[in-house]
Amino acid sequence: MAEHCVKVYSRFNRLWHWSQVGSIMLLFFTGARLLGLHPILPFGAAVLIHTVVALALLLLWAFATFWLFTTGGYKQFIPRMQGMWEVGRFYAYGVFKGEEHPYVKSYERRHNPLQAAAYFALKMMLFPAIWISGLAYLSYGVWDHLDGGSFWLEIIANFHVLAAFAIASFVVVHVYLLTIGHGFRQHVRPMVSGYEKVDLTPEAEAYFRQQGRVLD
Amino acid sequence: MTQSALRITAFVSAVILGQLPAYAQDAAGEETPAIGAQSTPVAQGASKAAHMSDPVKELTADHSKFDQLKGPFASGSEVTEACLSCHTEASNQVMHSVHWTWEYQNEATGQTLGKAHEMNAFCGNVASNEVRCTSCHTGYGWTDVREPMPDDPTKVDCLVCHDKSGQYTKQDNLAGEPPLEPVAAGAKTITGAAAWPVNLAEAAQSVGAPPGRDNCGNCHFYGGGGDNVKHGDLSSALFNPSRDVDVHMSPDGQNFTCETCHVSDKHVFEGSRYETDVIDPHPDRKAGTAHDAAACQSCHTDSPHEGPNPLIAAKLNDHTDTVACQTCHIPSFARGGVATKTVWDWSTAGKLDADGKPITEEGFTQSDGKHLHTYMSKKGNFEWGENVTPYYAWSNGEMTFTLPEEEIDPTQVVEINKIGGNPGQPDSRIFPFKRMVGTQAYDVQRNVLAYNNVYGPGNGTALWSYYDWEKSLKAGMDYAGVEYSGEFDFVHTYMYWPITHMVAPADDALQCESCHTQGGRMTDLARIYVPGSEINLGGKLGLAMFLMALLGALGHGALRLINRGKKNGGHHG
Repeated sequence: MAEHCVKVYSRFNRLWHWSQVGSIMLLFFTGARLLGLHPILPFGAAVLIHTVVALALLLLWAFATFWLFTTGGYKQFIPRMQGMWEVGRFYAYGVFKGEEHPYVKSYERRHNPLQAAAYFALKMMLFPAIWISGLAYLSYGVWDHLDGGSFWLEIIANFHVLAAFAIASFVVVHVYLLTIGHGFRQHVRPMVSGYEKVDLTPEAEAYFRQQGRVLD
Repeated sequence: MTQSALRITAFVSAVILGQLPAYAQDAAGEETPAIGAQSTPVAQGASKAAHMSDPVKELTADHSKFDQLKGPFASGSEVTEACLSCHTEASNQVMHSVHWTWEYQNEATGQTLGKAHEMNAFCGNVASNEVRCTSCHTGYGWTDVREPMPDDPTKVDCLVCHDKSGQYTKQDNLAGEPPLEPVAAGAKTITGAAAWPVNLAEAAQSVGAPPGRDNCGNCHFYGGGGDNVKHGDLSSALFNPSRDVDVHMSPDGQNFTCETCHVSDKHVFEGSRYETDVIDPHPDRKAGTAHDAAACQSCHTDSPHEGPNPLIAAKLNDHTDTVACQTCHIPSFARGGVATKTVWDWSTAGKLDADGKPITEEGFTQSDGKHLHTYMSKKGNFEWGENVTPYYAWSNGEMTFTLPEEEIDPTQVVEINKIGGNPGQPDSRIFPFKRMVGTQAYDVQRNVLAYNNVYGPGNGTALWSYYDWEKSLKAGMDYAGVEYSGEFDFVHTYMYWPITHMVAPADDALQCESCHTQGGRMTDLARIYVPGSEINLGGKLGLAMFLMALLGALGHGALRLINRGKKNGGHHG
């Protein structure tokens, strides 16, 4: 096993990530406008942008989900307990002592156990929560005639806003964690270039070299 | 020769009637030529059918050619008699309308309403003040509101709605009769103008089918004793409004008359402020079929928005189940330069100056420069408003009135009428109202609103002549046949008037921010979720979570920095 600079993030992977970043930022900004947190943008324009971007992001998610399942990429996000304690201990203690990160990335498991658990929760709970509540909110005109329609609208609106803030909190922690370890730029670079240092077995190295995906 | 003489008469009347812009417009000569402008001179003694050489007219009957209408007429009733010689059923139709009965049976609440029965926050009551109040009645000689109008067809006033000569009017104190030669000195018409002798024959020969906006407006624009006093959204500005004042009635807009929306059937008109159509009462109506509703949705449907892009339009259409069209499309009322009375405090009426003479103050200047009274010994203190922001309430169109003899709680503001409807209910919408603020007399012992006698020169009790509340209320209560303790005080009142006219062009409609903002127009009212009007619970919890994440990250980062400095060996950190 040796570290090599391997192309781990395909073009679609990177496109998906950064479109998601852009969309989510726009959704935060316009959503905050709709909630009344800032007065930048007219309300109507914020509704329009929020709606269009949300629908576009849903489409992107549909593609990404399809892509993750056809390429097997979804396996990266399956949580596991193995190594969880070490990683947890590192962030709570070791990081202050200048310890090395206990997790060594492999091609098959890019994410450390804590990271995988967080992404799993994001994808399985927060994202569905935001888009289900968002679609329900958006399609209010279709179901509002039902008994207690306006009551449910209020529940859905509160839920939607809460889920949005949960995602925003995730983003804060996500960005902050990029500063730990080899530094912010080293962490971001792979998501731009696609190449990252990972441990490869000799067999895997041979395979990736054949494919032209090893850089060093 | 006759023709030119008549033309001159018409012109002179038009000049005299300068205060009736609609007539001025008519006289300028479009749809309804002034009497005398007809192509064929009227032959004496015989109705004359048109020949092929005559210009083709829209209507099949030219009333200037009817013998019966040549007069001379000594009274309005004589004209009516002539009308009824052909239109045999018209009087009966009119007598079954609220215009005649001043009575409205509200099936939903079981209340008997109408001017003849309810109290209001303006002059209070018709009883004992008839000759003044019933000057706007569609009939002649209703001098006792306690009695129904007599079943006398000739008492119906056909001319007030069908006159096209523009010079027919009613005197303001003759129980519906027009001023005739000789006109009493100082007499006024129902619009407050100096009265002129009406030419009944000219009026009779001018008649046309659909009432013009002057026919309706001469009464409805001047309710409560002056221009726009009562409704707030019905003023003389609507005789000839600019497009921004009323997009439907403006000659530069749709050029509607009142009757375009208030469609009539057997002399009964659609539309009611007792049971307002806040939703389309005929949802099953097929496109193109005749409709008879005064509701906006009757023409515009419940998904009227088409632009500026489909998503915004869809979102706006989502609003139609909670917000009435009027709410956004009438951003303010009393537009077009005519103020409306917003506060009427009767309790200060009756003050006289040192010489015992009545006092008048004119403390409000209308945008056209006209001074409006803010105090009158006759009526008390007033406040006025132009471009007034409506009061909003959930409404299902149903009004429940505080009727005479209904016990009130004088420690609270008494609502002369209560608006029906609840938040989020399928039949209710957020609807704009003029909220009239009043202070009115009531019987302190019996806790009922008091009838007043304000009009009646020479009778010794009328407030407007004798400035004595004791006498006025005693006379009013006695007249109405109601028990009265003799002890009175004044109670604060609200009265709600649906705002549904003066629809602005789409560009002037309320913007999203009018409501979707903290402290927006629906604050305290909505009781449904209005995004942007407050940070909801989810938002507050979420914000707390977000701030904790931010603080956590910053704290974690700060600890790392401190420790790195201490250890001095922390690579990778």
